[in-house]
Amino acid sequence: MTQYLDFEKPLAEIEGKAEELRALARANEEMDVAEEAAALDAKAAQLLVDLYKDLTPWRKCQVARHPERPHCRDYIDALFTEYTPLAGDRNFADDLAVMGGLARFNDQPVVVIGHEKGSDTKARIAHNFGMARPEGYRKAIRLMEMAGRFGLPVVTLVDTAGAYPGKGAEERGQSEAIARSTEMCLKIGVPLISIIIGEGGSGGAVAFATANRVAMLEHSIYSVISPEGCASILWKDAEKMREAAEALRLTAQNLRELAVVDRVIPEPLGGAHRDADSAFSAVRAALAEMLKELSGKDAAELVKDRRQKFLAIGSKGLPA
Amino acid sequence: MNWITNYVRPRINSIFSRREVPENLWRKCDECGTMLFHRELSDNLNVCNNCGHHMHISPRDRFTALFDGGVFTEVAVPEPLADPLKFKDQKKYPDRMKAAQKKAGEKEAMLVAAGEIGRTPIVAAAQDFSFMGGSMGMYVGNAIIAAAEEAVKLGRPLILFSAAGGARMQEGILSLMQMPRTTVAVQMLKEAGLPYIVVLTHPTTGGVTASYAMLGDVHISEPNALICFAGPRVIEQTIREKLPEGFQRAEYLLDHGMLDRVTPRTEMRNELITITRMLMGLPPQIVGDLPAPDGEADAANGGNDAAPAPSAKG
Ligand SMILES: [Zn+2]
Repeated sequence: MTQYLDFEKPLAEIEGKAEELRALARANEEMDVAEEAAALDAKAAQLLVDLYKDLTPWRKCQVARHPERPHCRDYIDALFTEYTPLAGDRNFADDLAVMGGLARFNDQPVVVIGHEKGSDTKARIAHNFGMARPEGYRKAIRLMEMAGRFGLPVVTLVDTAGAYPGKGAEERGQSEAIARSTEMCLKIGVPLISIIIGEGGSGGAVAFATANRVAMLEHSIYSVISPEGCASILWKDAEKMREAAEALRLTAQNLRELAVVDRVIPEPLGGAHRDADSAFSAVRAALAEMLKELSGKDAAELVKDRRQKFLAIGSKGLPA
Repeated sequence: MNWITNYVRPRINSIFSRREVPENLWRKCDECGTMLFHRELSDNLNVCNNCGHHMHISPRDRFTALFDGGVFTEVAVPEPLADPLKFKDQKKYPDRMKAAQKKAGEKEAMLVAAGEIGRTPIVAAAQDFSFMGGSMGMYVGNAIIAAAEEAVKLGRPLILFSAAGGARMQEGILSLMQMPRTTVAVQMLKEAGLPYIVVLTHPTTGGVTASYAMLGDVHISEPNALICFAGPRVIEQTIREKLPEGFQRAEYLLDHGMLDRVTPRTEMRNELITITRMLMGLPPQIVGDLPAPDGEADAANGGNDAAPAPSAKG
């Protein structure tokens, strides 16, 4: 059962009717509903196309945050083999909002790191809804540093509303942990590829996404602040999130135009959660290509490439 | 290079750019409410003579007090694209910019300068909280990169005074991208073997704290400055409890190992001189009146150690 977003309500009604019809037919053998149900299916399919043809930025935010959207763990399971989680920051704790470890991608050993939001209530709480504390960033720093020493490419999967705004997190140096993580991203002499699979929330995302190549799924978002946060500050009204989402230019398409993102990975019709396998295939193909693009470069070139990429950002505005 | 361009012109600039004395000769302390005579307050670097509260000081006033004889040369900052996102909330971004420029009397939220402190050549950058909350946008990023490049070119330490409510929302993702960009600037300094000293002032928050403000060789803060990633209000809303008194203030961060020192503004200059001279392997600073610059010899030396020999101590 798909959970429908508010703008998908008309779709929910049609699909619901088709489902009802079929249930009725199952209970009553004389009824023939095939034709009618097929007509409803066709109508629903067309509506899905229409709804997703030109999603507004706010609707993209909703899709990016969809609770059934494939998360970091799903991508790791689907794309990598021999995933061996490595835990802890060697200092304070293991932060489950960040998962990471060794794995193979097409047999090549890599380090994979990502934010995990959790897929049910219990997991969401355990993973703190994908909002990392300093320990999460320090675990990532440790893994990136190790990857650099052993010449393993690093793949980061970004999906976070932001770093956790909590008392302990501040106490233990959230700012410093994020700053050092970004610094480590810029330092390592191995290919670093970042894929924004859902939400790229502010500094908590940058700490993983300061990469040689940054890709975004078609309906993912990447922003300096949440639309709600921006609306409450600039419009003094959190309900103006639609306007804020528009103004922030947080869609993959806008970010590609601004040269912040190198590649937009297409999603299946109706978003990654409607057909996770197609989403995995698309990400797998994009990742293979990006790794190939970087494979010939030595450590110094990779570091230089990354720096140049970020220094150059901002020289391109949106087309008029 | 001669001493006219190096010394006289910047001094004239600094005299002319000094702000007019405001009509209102008295200012009330934000903290204790004492009425303070404007002149005395500015002589005390906007620190309340009664309670020691540190009030806002503009980068230009800070530099005038920091650099020897109030003399400094501004370092040019590459102009970023104006309004790349065509951002509009209730106002258009260019209109907000114009209003901020008028109010602050400055072009943007950061000032970069080169000069000497206690005859120690440095580059300094200071963020201006009065300019759109000191927010970090492309100009601030460019300013920090320009400051680092100038420091590397001249072989000098960089002292950065941070102050910001966070990122410049009107520049969206491009403001966020200043986190990695300024981190590259810090790396340039580190690779050149040059000290990078951060003076955190009230308030330093958000993406600024989570990038260049927390990557210094030495972190010094002014007393009671708010320094955080997430602001206290956001945290209180998240955890639904009241935060203790002094949470995320400079002294609290010192206790939790995030700062090296908390130092009053009035003692900051001396401390910066002491620290930078040690890190640069220079002899102790000369205390007392400094001799006037003696033309060519001094100017020719501008890029490097211009400290007089220890025997000149007097
Ligand atoms: Zn006072």
